[in-house]
Amino acid sequence: MKARIKLFAALRERAGESEIELDLPETATVAHVVRELDRRYGGMMQGGVPIMIAVNTEYVTGDHPIQEGDEIAFIPPVSGGAL
Amino acid sequence: MIRISRDVLDPDEITSTVRAPDKGGVVTFLGTVRDHTGGKRVLYLEYEAYEEMAEKMLTRIAGEVTERWDDTVVSIAHRLGRMDVGEISLVVAAASPHRAEAFSASQYVVNRIKENVPIWKKEAFEGGEVWVGMEGQPSTASN
Repeated sequence: MKARIKLFAALRERAGESEIELDLPETATVAHVVRELDRRYGGMMQGGVPIMIAVNTEYVTGDHPIQEGDEIAFIPPVSGGAL
Repeated sequence: MIRISRDVLDPDEITSTVRAPDKGGVVTFLGTVRDHTGGKRVLYLEYEAYEEMAEKMLTRIAGEVTERWDDTVVSIAHRLGRMDVGEISLVVAAASPHRAEAFSASQYVVNRIKENVPIWKKEAFEGGEVWVGMEGQPSTASN
C-alpha cells in the first residue's frame, strides 16, 4: 500500500524533500515508516531529539497502524509562537 | 477567527474580530521577532508550518478557551515566512466580559501553541542559522 510522508523544518532540509511516497507492507505501523526513513536518510530519526508523528493531522504513537493513502507527518520540536 | 498566512499581521484588525458590547476586557498579545537569542544577534527569522494541522489545532485551542471561561472568545493569527527583527509573527486577541478571564485566556493560548502546534522557527545569525529545538544537530544527513 502507498502512504504519503511529509517532512518539515530540519527534517525536510536533511532529506532534501518535503514530501515522499512510500510503498509499505499491509501490516505496516508508524514504527516501520520511521525505520524506512532512517534507512533512506542515514539515521535521520536518531538525532537525539524527540520527533512526533501525526497521521492524517492527528498525533499518534509508534504502534499506530498505517492505512492506504494515509498522510504521515514527521514533526521535529515545535517552536510555536514568538517568545 | 483562526488564520495562518504569509501576510503582514494587523493587530487592530485581528482584535476587532473579538470585540463586542458584552466584552469589557480585551487582551491582545503580540509575538515579535527578538533581536537576540542566547547572546547571539538575530538577523531575521523564518517560520514554517504544517498548515492544515496547525490550523486544526489552533481551532481546537480556541474551542478549549470557550469551554474553560464563560463568554470568552479568542482569535489567533500566525504569520509564516521570513520576518525581520521587530515584525509581528503571532497575534492572540482574547475578549471576555471581565479582564481576569481575558488575561488568562491569552496566556493559555500562547502556552498551548508552544506545546505542540506544528509551527517551526529558524533563527538566522551572523554566520549561521538553526531551527529552534534542533540546536547542536547536524543540518543535513551528509554531515
